[in-house]
Amino acid sequence: MAAISQTTAAVRDVEQYKYGFVTDIETERAPKGLNESIIRFISAKKDEPEWMLEWRLKAYRYWLTLGDQEPTWAKVTYPRIDYQDSYYYAAPKQQAKYESLDEVDPKLIETYNKLGIPLKEQQMLAGVAVDAVFDSISVATTYKKKLQELGVIFSPISEAVKTHPELVKKYLGSVVPYSDNFFATLNSAVFTDGSFVYIPKGLRCPMELSTYFRINEKNTGQFERTLIIADEGSYVSYLEGCTAPQRDENQLHAAVVELVALDDAEIKYSTVQNWYPGDENGKGGIYNFVTKRAACRGRNSKVMWTQVETGSSITWKYPSCILQGENSSGEFYSVAITNNRQQADTGTKMIHIGRNTKSRIVSKGISAGRSSNTYRGLVRVQGKADGARNYTQCDSLLIGDRCSANTVPYIESRNPTAQTEHEATTSKISEEQLFYCLQRGMTQEEAVSLIVNGFCKEVLQTLPMEFAVEAQKLVAISLEGSVG
Amino acid sequence: MALLKIKNLHANVAGKEILKGISLTINAGEMHAIMGPNGTGKSTLSNVIAGRDGYEVTSGEVLLDDNNLLAMSADERARAGVFLAFQYPVEIPGVSTSNFLKTALNAKRRAAGLPEIDAMEFLKLVKAKTKALGIPDDIIKRQLNVGFSGGEKKRAEVLQMTLLEPRIAILDETDSGLDIDALKVVADGVNNLRSADRGFLVITHYQRLLNYIVPDHVHVMSGGRIVASGGKELALTLEAEGYAKYQAA
Ligand SMILES: Nc1ncnc2c1ncn2[C@@H]1O[C@H](COP(=O)(O)OP(=O)(O)OP(=O)(O)O)[C@@H](O)[C@H]1O
Ligand SMILES: [Mg+2]
Repeated sequence: MAAISQTTAAVRDVEQYKYGFVTDIETERAPKGLNESIIRFISAKKDEPEWMLEWRLKAYRYWLTLGDQEPTWAKVTYPRIDYQDSYYYAAPKQQAKYESLDEVDPKLIETYNKLGIPLKEQQMLAGVAVDAVFDSISVATTYKKKLQELGVIFSPISEAVKTHPELVKKYLGSVVPYSDNFFATLNSAVFTDGSFVYIPKGLRCPMELSTYFRINEKNTGQFERTLIIADEGSYVSYLEGCTAPQRDENQLHAAVVELVALDDAEIKYSTVQNWYPGDENGKGGIYNFVTKRAACRGRNSKVMWTQVETGSSITWKYPSCILQGENSSGEFYSVAITNNRQQADTGTKMIHIGRNTKSRIVSKGISAGRSSNTYRGLVRVQGKADGARNYTQCDSLLIGDRCSANTVPYIESRNPTAQTEHEATTSKISEEQLFYCLQRGMTQEEAVSLIVNGFCKEVLQTLPMEFAVEAQKLVAISLEGSVG
Repeated sequence: MALLKIKNLHANVAGKEILKGISLTINAGEMHAIMGPNGTGKSTLSNVIAGRDGYEVTSGEVLLDDNNLLAMSADERARAGVFLAFQYPVEIPGVSTSNFLKTALNAKRRAAGLPEIDAMEFLKLVKAKTKALGIPDDIIKRQLNVGFSGGEKKRAEVLQMTLLEPRIAILDETDSGLDIDALKVVADGVNNLRSADRGFLVITHYQRLLNYIVPDHVHVMSGGRIVASGGKELALTLEAEGYAKYQAA
């Protein structure tokens, strides 16, 4: 987390600090509810070109035809969401901010301390004083100049719409069309934030691009849109951290992430998601209804998704790969932890279209408390995907006997030369393993953390170093109180 | 001075009485051996001392340095210095032996008010210990007990004991299934740790081990009780005559 404090310091000095979005946050807010004029308002506030507004409106009008038809196939339950009872412009409802840390829930402070977040950041996270300033300034801003010299474009998407309209026009919605699903459609209409990345031909991006947590305002829907394009022969590793806990009522987070990999390009996308999961009784928490998809368009292109999902009261998320290019490959590594009343329905889709396409899925689900944890994965091999290969491994670990784990694999193969392999296991932390650790002097919590981290190791080790350490700590924290 | 004192200990497993009044005192510096037929309650006794769930003490006392062990949780007992080398060490997939050892050592150091040991220092320490024990040090990179041979598992237990430096070490058939070289590793490990302020309770079926680890006292356990005690020569008699006489009794 040291990177964050450096960034905080650095960000304070950059020019953007003085105006732009920051001021907007302080002063602008659309009224509650969703209608065409709200969308026009958002677009106008962002000073968008006409085509962008039209695209939003098209999405919105389509969304209206969907009525209240949220997807119902996932194994999650929640009360109906009133979409008119939310704010859609990224400005906060300027509500009770804290004067000092003393007023913040001590449990939250304890968590920050455990995460090793220094005081300054704690204040930021908890919404004390100056925090909003940093709200949507990403770490990347710091290195912007250096990246520019290399030809990398890394900017807020709202900026890219204006500075690189040809790229945005060409790729936005090309992987996740505005009509894709209820939440993606909603996002297309009202997205307010997110990152845009373009890596030029042949460049191995020398630094990891990261969007560390954005601190989102209370009582506002959160709709980010991220678009990453890796041009021929390029490579990029992108990290997304959502480690800012929230203390809200249920809040909708409906993001869309689109990745495009051209010939010989590779994208590695890592997420550590720790939105507020709600309390022990399931009150509050984030509805994390997210559409993430990658198009491996080029020959030999490769996309690797790694996700560590520990937060959110409900997670509905299937980072997927469309393996179009010959010889392209997709990988999905996932750790999903649910505790208390959390519900997760997460997995991936690997769509094999091109010849000799390969995919690999490694999913580790850990359920504790009264939570529900479902892996849902689709492997589809289309008729022309000669020689396609998939390997899927799904392991579930149960802690206690009031939680549930489900594995729902769908395998559809229309090509006889394809090979798919699926392995699944369900196990419990054994009393033997726990006692063994206790007998060596570890506490229950240390023991559970050690065993679970061992169980997830294959996934955690695909994360970039500093993220892996953070993720290990998160695993421990999110399972606290789950045993004994 | 009494290090571990067990007084008239009765314990149930799954509602059935297995320990039926065990009394045993181990003084600091002493080596005790327990022998006895299968299913007689030897492992049960070690689990009860170590504080495993599911073992219900119905009466009696267990004291370590005059402190009531039975009032402590399993991890507290471990940090107070109780070490159990398991008869069947369990596998922990994905956790390297070195990470496991380091976590255990630091838990103990924390309890003793010492700073945690850092990775470099720890590595040096482990390498010194493996070398002294004659254990190949690639074992520490492997996942704990995963795919270990029977002999490797037992040697890993001795390595853990050596690192954690317990006050009282209970070895539950640590010699079973070992070839002669591995047996020497185990025996050397124990002998190196022998000291005036440490006690040992060695459970074994074979007199062979006791040629290397010479006990001060040998006890025969049968039917949940200690039915005979003596010096090291008792082990020899048992080997020659078997347990028939005690079981009939
Ligand atoms: N968890 C358990 N559930 C049910 N019965 C148990 C359990 N643990 C031990 N027992 C029973 O208690 C008795 C004593 O077992 P224990 O393992 O202590 O014997 P032992 O003397 O160590 O035998 P061995 O020499 O074979 O290791 C046996 O009858 C065993 O079946
Ligand atoms: Mg036994």
